[in-house]
Amino acid sequence: MFNKILIANRGEIAFRAVRECKEMGIRSVAIYSDADADALFVKHADEKYPLGDPAPLSSYLNMEKIIDIAKKSGAEAIYPGYGFLAENPKFVELCEQNGIEFIGPPSDSMNRAKPKHRARKLMKDNGVPTAPGTDDAIESVSDTAAIKAVTEVADSIGYPVIVKPSGGGGGIGMRVAKDKSELEGAMKYAESRGSSSFGIAAFYLERYFTRAKHIEFQVLADKMGNVVYVGERECSVQRRYQKLIEEAPSMIMTPELRKRMGEDSIKVAKALKYVNALTVEYIYSVDTGEYFFNECNTRLQVEHPVTELLTGFNMIKEQIRIAAGEKLSFTQDDIQPRGWAIECRINAEDPFKGFVPSPAKITDYQPPGGFGVRIDSGVYAGYTVPFQYDPLMLKLLSWGNNREEAIACMQRALGEFIIEGVHTSIPFHKVALDDEVFRGGNYTTNFVEEREIVKKLMQSRSQATG
Amino acid sequence: MAQENVEAPIPGKVISIECKVGDTVQEGDVICYIESMKMENPIVAPVAGKITELKATEGEVVETGGLLAIIEY
Repeated sequence: MFNKILIANRGEIAFRAVRECKEMGIRSVAIYSDADADALFVKHADEKYPLGDPAPLSSYLNMEKIIDIAKKSGAEAIYPGYGFLAENPKFVELCEQNGIEFIGPPSDSMNRAKPKHRARKLMKDNGVPTAPGTDDAIESVSDTAAIKAVTEVADSIGYPVIVKPSGGGGGIGMRVAKDKSELEGAMKYAESRGSSSFGIAAFYLERYFTRAKHIEFQVLADKMGNVVYVGERECSVQRRYQKLIEEAPSMIMTPELRKRMGEDSIKVAKALKYVNALTVEYIYSVDTGEYFFNECNTRLQVEHPVTELLTGFNMIKEQIRIAAGEKLSFTQDDIQPRGWAIECRINAEDPFKGFVPSPAKITDYQPPGGFGVRIDSGVYAGYTVPFQYDPLMLKLLSWGNNREEAIACMQRALGEFIIEGVHTSIPFHKVALDDEVFRGGNYTTNFVEEREIVKKLMQSRSQATG
Repeated sequence: MAQENVEAPIPGKVISIECKVGDTVQEGDVICYIESMKMENPIVAPVAGKITELKATEGEVVETGGLLAIIEY
């Protein structure tokens, strides 16, 4: 096992990694920008090194600086968390060259998952269901022969279709074409946003499912070749492709379907020759009950605690053990999910004003507690939420013996939560969890728009004040 | 003539300026974009008028209430 780990991240996930290191008897090394000098992960780490300028490129994305600190501090491994350098194969290669263990997949596995159209093809060839679409990426909208071919594919699979940039992530550049007249515009959009955001102009096209759920599978693989699926999470409550509420299990899941999707997820891991934590995302059509590979994330996900609450297994400790060369501490048969778990992402943003960011000083912070409540947080009263990074302040989770209990527990916890000084997404969550379609469990990725959650939120406030 | 100060509603970094001194703008026209929390936030003209001063510069970090531009109307 490692003696010392450098944590190449910030916020709640860095604090979580510090906590796991402490429990495992490993010394933790925090790196922090000027904007994070007062953060909890810095305060509680065993060693800390400043990165200076808060701009991400000079701090948490600065590979050379981070490798230098790892060497100087004597850290044998780097924990990447999610975001920043977690999915950057160049950084993994740099770690490999410097004899530092990257707590994640090898760079080869990461490269096999990129770009997205190639991952899609790889999964199709390995027998994982993919949505009907183009098998190869289109390099440019000015390639008239390719465009003619794409249009024929779209016509044959039927509209609506979705055009996705191959370099994609976070929903950037994706656009739905409801009919043929919208196809060219969608392709141009994917090409231009793909080039500007990812440096990759190529895009591909798939059938778009209007009534679909986002269901993902957690997979863990060790270096001995043991691979398990640790169950599903449903993440259909999204706004602009950003997840807001996640739960497990999914209401649509049956033991047979879980086994099929789980085993397909293992196929994905094996096709990538994967080691460590992997998430395989699927689109599940509510109308037909079919599921299709969407993409895979070669890192730990923000919402992994949902799986931890359901199974009792600690994903971060497992990642560290795998990286140290140990065998998975449990087998497929050991995974016996129990009860129901929900996560609400508490962001510093104002849901009453179009979710505008709200970076500011937290003047009061009184978190909820009691049976079934878990909080993974990086903030406290007096802490200033910096504007340089994403708006996630903390994750609020609830557990219950069944879905009703888990929702009741979450509503109770949201009601207790006091955060002053910054606007938060808490009011959004209260309205979303009260919605009858959410309660029924039959919601889709269009839930927030279809159920007019933001409008209901506005009404709830005018009723409260009026 | 009245003057209207366009101020930053949130802290962040000015990533692009969409107008210049002397431009005539309509209410709702984008003056500049501020990047905050990994999101691009358009800052729009609160009134129609003429840009008489531009205080914001690209790459500059602004605080809440920081003066970005002055519109005369």
